[in-house]
Parts: sequence; structure tokens; C-alpha cells
Amino acid sequence: MTNETTTDIHRDSQDKIIEITGLHKWFGELHVLQDINLTVYKGERIVICGPSGSGKSTLIRCINRLEEHQKGRIIVDGTELSNNIKNIEKIRAEVGMVFQHFNLFPHLSILENLTLGPIWVRKTPQKEAEETAMFYLEKVHIAEQALKYPGQLSGGQQQRVAIARSLCMKPKIMLFDEPTSALDPEMVKEVLDVMINLAEDGMTMLVVSHEMGFAKSVAHRVLFVDYGKIVEENTPHQFFDNPQHDRTKLFLSQILH
Amino acid sequence: MNRELQKKSFLNRILPWLKENLFNGVFNSIITIVLLFALYKIIPPFIKWAFVDSLWRSTAAACREGNGACWSVITANLRFIIFGFYPYDLQWRPLLAMILLVGLLLYSKNRNHWNKTLFYGWIAGLFFMGLLMKGGILGLAPVESDKWGGLPLTMMLAFFGMIAAYPLGVVLALGRRSKMPAIKTFSVLYIELIRGVPLISLLFMSSILFPLFLPEGLTINKIIRAQMAIILFTAAYIAEVVRGGLQAIAKGQYEAADSLGLSFPQKMRLIILPQALKIVIPPSVGILISAFKDTSLVVIIALYDLLKTSKSTLSNPDWMGYSPEVYLFVAAIYFISCFAMSNYSRKLEKELH
Repeated sequence: MTNETTTDIHRDSQDKIIEITGLHKWFGELHVLQDINLTVYKGERIVICGPSGSGKSTLIRCINRLEEHQKGRIIVDGTELSNNIKNIEKIRAEVGMVFQHFNLFPHLSILENLTLGPIWVRKTPQKEAEETAMFYLEKVHIAEQALKYPGQLSGGQQQRVAIARSLCMKPKIMLFDEPTSALDPEMVKEVLDVMINLAEDGMTMLVVSHEMGFAKSVAHRVLFVDYGKIVEENTPHQFFDNPQHDRTKLFLSQILH
Repeated sequence: MNRELQKKSFLNRILPWLKENLFNGVFNSIITIVLLFALYKIIPPFIKWAFVDSLWRSTAAACREGNGACWSVITANLRFIIFGFYPYDLQWRPLLAMILLVGLLLYSKNRNHWNKTLFYGWIAGLFFMGLLMKGGILGLAPVESDKWGGLPLTMMLAFFGMIAAYPLGVVLALGRRSKMPAIKTFSVLYIELIRGVPLISLLFMSSILFPLFLPEGLTINKIIRAQMAIILFTAAYIAEVVRGGLQAIAKGQYEAADSLGLSFPQKMRLIILPQALKIVIPPSVGILISAFKDTSLVVIIALYDLLKTSKSTLSNPDWMGYSPEVYLFVAAIYFISCFAMSNYSRKLEKELH
């Protein structure tokens, strides 16, 4: 993994996969997202960082409508997010999401966790769904645990299962909401390795994370979000070595010591 | 030699146990002795009354002579207690219906049997039970529902009460958490209104008030009306219990289901309800058990359920005064049913864990 540049992705307008324009969101009085504009191209990998409470998680949660926005437009893969429930379900099927706390379904086995979406949303035949599930479980190096239940796995294993669960839907975009912050330190690497593999396969990824090593090695762009605004946006190389804004500098000095 | 050793080791085990559990300290020793004395006063006379001096298949006159329990009151009136006013010659029909119901219930206990075939089996079984009770076709003499009574009636009210109230309760619980104001308001109003009145008043309303609102000439069977009251009443309680279960499910589960693109019904059926309903098995069974016992309240609208037929037996001058025997018998039937339910719920809970 070298510092890739943005040259390997097309930035033609037909390659736009997410278009966010003039996005605002309020939690009651709190203005959590303020005029966010962001365009993501196919195959692009973006790492979003920022202090806690800055709105970075809320931003990616808006993309699959886990949070409702009040102003502005979000267009995902050509479909605009609105109150139309069919559109929302369609977008959610195309957008995979990995949560901080894994959120596996504890009453279903690992295999059932993985086949649920394909069977019920994509209407894939069960056998085919199981084959796909086993393929992705192999990919995250956990196939031997297929018949266990989530509670029997370690945090790192659960998070890898969660990634595989999203991949089984064959998503066009993957969102990661602080995927490693709830893990014990020794498990962080196994999850990041899986994410790096995914990046190598060319997946479009938006990752909220403070794993700067990961950002340096796989991201095309790093966004710094603070007080609900995108303060700085740059290639990882520029972002880490030559931050432009004082707030970015302060933030980097705090997390990099 | 060997035997003596065994005896000794037995004593060696039992004596420390007694000392530790029954006689550790003055106060506990006193309690033990008092309780032992009380048991001595109660148990032997009861056994003597119920089994030694008792009469099982005698005439009423013979009972008056004896000192023990007169179980004859039950054996002599068993068919009336169990079947009420159902025509004597046709009582094999409700008996067969009950056997069918119990058989299906027992077969359904095993979760491995839960599949489509069993579902159709239930549909066919329920249809057949209804046919047996009501008759009128296939050469079965018709029996009007005002002749139904006793155990079949109790079982019917309880069984349909539970089966219909549970899904209705789940729907109400979901409605109460709905974001749509009309649905939410309706659910809240329904639950609070029903929970605010006693079952007896609902039964009265269903039997006296409700028919006043029906158009001239249209009547709805009294049993069905009582059944409706029981279902509506139980559902409100189930709803609140299920709502508690829904609230116990972490937000992350809803979000994970959403993020896969599952629709609302899929999310509820596949992810949320299986987890929530498992949590609320103990309180739900509590409600179902009390619903089962509450069916005995239908006496007040003159339905002859098991309790009422038993009471009627006692108003026969020959058998007057043997209420302990009759009530013990009825209590035993209720107890066996309720105990089976709570036992099964514990087993189910363990299996699902």
C-alpha cells in the first residue's frame, strides 16, 4: 500500500455516486450539520475525522437516512433521498453500513445474519445467499464460525462479521461509523486489514475514523469536520503533512501527540 | 457390617443437613418445631378424610353416613360438570373435540414440529372441533350454542382468548409506538380505556349494552360476545407487556435492520419481535394464565362454564353440602392447566436462550 493519489478514479460527472448539496440538519436547537457540500465518485475512499460531537457520524448516517436531514439535497446513485419510503429502502439496499457497536442480530446465527438481507431484500434463493455468505466469511477469515451466534465471538470477529453482512448485499457504497473505536487494541488490526482488502477491491468507502495510519494508506481524501462544517478537505499526504487550518493542526496534534 | 456402615454414613449425612438447614439457632429451631406440629395437625387428618374414609362411587345417602370425603358427588355428576347441558347422548362429540385440542396442543409443544403442515393441521383441527360442537351437517345432529357448557366452553374461551389476544396485543403495542398520530392515539386510548375497567363490566357491556346498538333482528351469539370481551380485555394487557419488550431492544438493532434495507414489517417480524417477545415470555404467560382463570367470570352473564356447572351440581338437594370436594376437583383442573402453561413457558424460555 502506497500513498495512492486521486488519479486512479474518474471524476467525470457520470461517475458521481453521492452528491450532497447545501445539507443542513438540526437536533432540536442544535445545528449539527451546516451547509455540507460533498461529492463522492465511484471507487473513492474518504476518511472523515473530527472531534467528538462534530457531526461526522451524523453526516454519514444521513446518507442512508438513519438520520433525516431538514434542508439540502442528498442524491445517492441517482436516487434522491426524500420521505419516499421506497426510495429510502432502495438506497439502503445499495449502501452498506458498519456500526461502532457491530449491531449483529443476537438471535440469529452468523450465517443467518449474513443471509437475512439478501433473502428478504434482494429475494436471493437461500442456497445462493448461503454460498455468497460463505464467500464473504472466507474473505474476512471467519468461515469456521458460521454456525455460531454473535455472542460467542470476540469484538473483532463480530465487527468482521458485520462487514461481511453488509458485503453480502453487494453494496455500491460502504459506510463505516467508527468501526474500530469499540474494539480492544489488539483487535483493531484484524478489522483494519479487512477494510484495506476491501479498499483494494475498489469499493467506494466513507469511513468515520481516527485511525490515521488507515487514512494515510487507503484514503483518496481526508475530511476534517468540526462544529457541523467541513473545515478542511485534502489528500492524506497534504492533510497530515501540511494542514491548512489552525483547528486541523490542533486536532492533529491532539490525536497524534 | 456393610449395612451398618451404610446406615451410619446415611445418618452422618442427614444429621448435619438437619442441623444446618432446620435447627441452626434457637429461633429457627422453634419455627421448625412449630411448623412440624402444624403439618402433623393438618396432613394426617386430610389424608384420612380424602383417601381413607372417603367414598368414591356411592349414593348420596351413603355419603351422609360416612365421615370422609364424598368424591361420589363428582363421579355421579361428572358428565354434567364436564359437559353441562350438552345433550347426554351426544357428549362424545365435545369429548372428542377436547381430545383433539389437547392432542394438537401437546404435539405443538415441540418446536421442531412448527411448520406449515402443523399450521394446516390446526386449521383443519379447529374446523373439525367446531363441526363436532355445533353439528348440523354430515348426519351430526345440530346442537345450539346455548347448550354448550362445562369444560369445553372454558377451554374454548381460554384458548381462543389467548390465540386472538396475543397478536392483537402485539399490533396495539406497535401502534402505541407508531409515529403516526392517529394510530398512536387510538392505541393509547384503547389500552388505557380497557385497562381502566374490570373484565366483569366488559362482560356486562357485551351481553347487555352491546345488543342495544345492533339493528333490529340481528343478534350475535352470547358466547361470541363473551369471547370478544375476553379477547379485547386480554389484548390490552398483552400490549403493555410487549411494549416493554420492544423498548428493551437496543436502537442499534433497529438501525442495523434499517441499514440492510428491510421494510418495516420485515424488520419487526425478523429482527425486533423475535427478540422482544422472548424477553416478555414470563410476564406474557402471567397474563395468559390469569386470562384463563378469568374465563370463570362468564358465569355472571349466565354462561355455564366449568365453575358454573360445578356449582349447579351443589344446588341439587341430594348433593348439597359437598362443596369442598367439588371445588377441590375444579381447582385441580384449573391448576393442572395453569401449571402446564407455566412449565411450558419455562421450557420455551430455556430453549430460546
